[in-house]
Parts: sequence; structure tokens; C-alpha cells
Amino acid sequence: MSDQREPITGIDVPISLKYNFTAGAGPARFLSQVRKGVLTGQRCPRCEQVYIPPRGSCAACGVPTEEEVVLADKATVQSFTIVSIPIPTNPIEPPYIIANLVADGANISFIHLMSDCVNEEVRIGQRVQAVWKPEEEWDYAMDNIRYFTPIDEPDVPADKIGKLPVSGWGA
Amino acid sequence: MKQIAIVAFHQSRAVADAGACNEVEMIMPVLSEVYQQVGINNAQDVDFVCSGSCDYLQGAAFAFVAGVDALGAVPPIKESHVEMDAAWAVYESILKIRMGHADSALIYGFGKSSPGELPIVLSQQLDPYYLAPQWVDTISLAALQARLMLEQGKLTERDMAEVVSRSRRNALNNPNAQLAGDISAEDVLADEMYLSPLRKADCCPVSDGASAMIICTVEKAQQWGVPFALITGIDHRIETHNLGMRDLTDSVSTRLAAEGAGVADGSVDVAELYAPFSHQEIILARALGLDEGTSVNPSGGVLAGNLMMASGLSRIGEVFQRIVSGEAQRGVAHATSGPCLQHNLVTVVEKA
Repeated sequence: MSDQREPITGIDVPISLKYNFTAGAGPARFLSQVRKGVLTGQRCPRCEQVYIPPRGSCAACGVPTEEEVVLADKATVQSFTIVSIPIPTNPIEPPYIIANLVADGANISFIHLMSDCVNEEVRIGQRVQAVWKPEEEWDYAMDNIRYFTPIDEPDVPADKIGKLPVSGWGA
Repeated sequence: MKQIAIVAFHQSRAVADAGACNEVEMIMPVLSEVYQQVGINNAQDVDFVCSGSCDYLQGAAFAFVAGVDALGAVPPIKESHVEMDAAWAVYESILKIRMGHADSALIYGFGKSSPGELPIVLSQQLDPYYLAPQWVDTISLAALQARLMLEQGKLTERDMAEVVSRSRRNALNNPNAQLAGDISAEDVLADEMYLSPLRKADCCPVSDGASAMIICTVEKAQQWGVPFALITGIDHRIETHNLGMRDLTDSVSTRLAAEGAGVADGSVDVAELYAPFSHQEIILARALGLDEGTSVNPSGGVLAGNLMMASGLSRIGEVFQRIVSGEAQRGVAHATSGPCLQHNLVTVVEKA
């Protein structure tokens, strides 16, 4: 055999493992409500912050969040980014907007899409509302909400974002 | 050198499937128990936190970060993690205390192994060129090891069955055990082969659960005013990843770690050994130089329930509890990692 062969610099070793993932008891309560078109946060018994989506604990206090709080589907833009490059396997065509949104009555933001908007006019403090899929398509998933779209309400000042009651921005 | 005291320990019940419970939800109750044992509120009341877990178990990248949600890390805490059994988090915490960077440490380990096929998942810890691509699972490797021992006359199937029988009977007194029962070696031998020469009972079950411990300086333990035991020795050694270069019928690394930890410096009343397969308990007992005077795995060991990434910590905790209760004066806890007992940690715990 010849010693002149090309050196082996890499091998392909495909890895595939199967898991039966469970969200957790707290997140499962949230998902059961999302299935019905209702956004629920969970309140920390110590610091009273409301988390959505809840993970089962208040990360700040390290205690279970057991009290359910029904939230509105109106929210405020806390931060956002305009995505201009396509992402492999993502079917959404750029440019589009990913935003950190704080639902009225919640203290922590979640990530969702914004659409039906002028990208250049999207701003921190902007008021938005959920655009839901038709009810028959609802599942245990946040993409029951297709996206959030701007609504005709005055902007929320930065220091008030994440501090609105469930009743919303009464200005 | 600063003496290290164990002041609290708690383990959740080992269950085959924790169901809807996620990792954070598994961790919070055990943390709450150890806080209560020393009378503190949360992780803010210790100087350092170290956890042990493995993201491959739940199949989610950076899953260990989510575990921090159980701590109450606002304002920020000093926190670290080992992608290993939490027994190694004890080791890191001891170093932290001995360096004078902390007087107390909270340690926790957790594993929800039920979502995946654990023996297959663990094949991915093997070397990535020759063994991992072949998907050699942990049970097959353990069966090879047991076969070598049988062929070389280093044990018999009855010896292995006796380990299982003692584990199941001891586990009757362990409320956290997943498998317990009054079964004899004959009962075990009557079972059919699973992966020859292993019967199902020779293999630890797949379990979900968590455990937690608090260690500190002796001064801090006295300040908290709680009963404590002392960690008087700890050492860990690892062997090559190349299984063909190891003598699988012996555990050289355990013997070296035992020497380093000073196991032979006194009598050993109790030993909790992390032996996921029955024949491995025999290898370990020999490497540690244990004799008839030692009660081995009075909890039932991990054949009665194996919390991946927490079982090693639990071995230390089991010995601690027996010393504090007055049942033992001096004990040895062992933790293992890797295939066929590749990496071993030995801890000596003594009455204060």
C-alpha cells in the first residue's frame, strides 16, 4: 500500500438522540391556557413579579410561582431587532422584526414577531396587540399568536415598561 | 488547612419518571430542605453555590443554566457548575473554602434521565472517533467488564446476585429507594439473562431526581449550631478513555484516590459506593480495601435508584447522615463517572 495517501483530516459522525421532552408542571399550566387562547402569567409569592411564559419558579427569589394571573393580549415593545438576513430553516422572509414584548400585567418580556407595521417606525415603548390564528388552529404553543401589530395608543415611557397593570395603559 | 464540615443533606425520592416536573421544579424542594436544616432562607445565605448536571440527559443545550432559576440569584451570587456528578461540585466547593474565598457552599445535583434512552445517551461520552460513532451503550460495556471478571475467575454470578440481594434488602429501609424488596441471591439467579452475563437486576434503574448538600468551615457550622460531620479526605483520579488500555477487572484510579483520601488511616464503619452494576461494587470494595467490618451500601446504593449527576453527592450525604445519627464513626463515600468506572472520587467522612 502506498504511503502517499491524503491525510484524514475529518470524519462524519452523525449524532441523533430521541427525547420525550416535558415542559414542567408550571409551564404546562401556561400552555393549557394558551391552547384556549388565554395568556396567563404566574406571580412570585415573594417579590410579586409576574412571569410569562412561566418556568415554574421565580428566578430572582428561587421559589415556586403558583398563583395564575390572566393577562391581556396587549403588550409594550421593550426592545426589538430588524432581521435582514435569511436564517436557514426559518420560513419567514426578511426583513422582519423580532421583539421583546411585555404583556400588560406582566413584569418580564417574552420574544415574539411584529408585523403589519412600518419597520422603520417600530420603537421602544410602542403599544402592540396580538393577532391570533383562527381558533381551530390553536395548539399548546405561543405561535397561536401569529404576530403582534401596533395599536393606536400613546407610547409607554421607558421607565413604565414592565410596570403596567392588566387593565393596560390607561393614558 | 481549614477543616470542612457537612451540615445538611437531602435527596428526593428516586422515581422512574418524574412526569411533568421539570428540572427547576425537581431542584427547588431539595434546596428548600437543606435550607431548613441549617435555618437559612436561600442561596443568598451561603458564600458559594456549585451544581452538577449534564445537558445530554434532558437533551437541551445550556439546560444547567435553567437550574439556576431554582436559586434566587438576585442580587447576583457566586455560582459554578460541573458537567459531572455533583460529588465533583463538592470537590470544587472544598477548594473554594480552603482558598479562603468562601466559608459556606451549597451543592446540588440533578438528573431527569427518563426523557431519553440513558444507556444510548451515555454512549456519547465515549471517545468521539472510535467508540461514540459505534453507539456502544453503558450496559454493553458493563457486560464486557463483568464477562472479563467471570472468565478470569475474579467473581461468580452468585457473588453478583448477592450484591443485588443485599441492595434490595437494605433499600427496604430507604424511603427514597426506587427498587427495594426481600429477595435472595437465588431469586436473582432465577431471573433470565438481560445482556449476558448481566441480569436486569445487576443494572441500576433509570431514575429521575435531585439531591443537595451544604458544607462549610467548622466555625460556620458552630455558628449555625447544627450537628455536623467532617470531610477529612477527598481525592479523585481518572483512567484513560481507551478501554483497551485499562484493566477493567480492577479500579486503579479508585485505589489511588483512596490512598490520596487516606481511607486506610482508620477503620471504615460504612461505605457508600457508586456502583451502577453489581459486579462493579465488588471491584470497588476490593480497590478500597474494605473488609467484613464495613457496612457496604446500607442505603441500597444506586442499584436501588440512580440519580445521574446526583448519586455521587448522595453517597457522601448518606455517609454524613449515618455519622450524624451516631450509627457510624467514620465512613467512605465513592463517586464514579465515565464507562466501566473510568473516573473515581473518594471522600472520607468522620465524626466531628
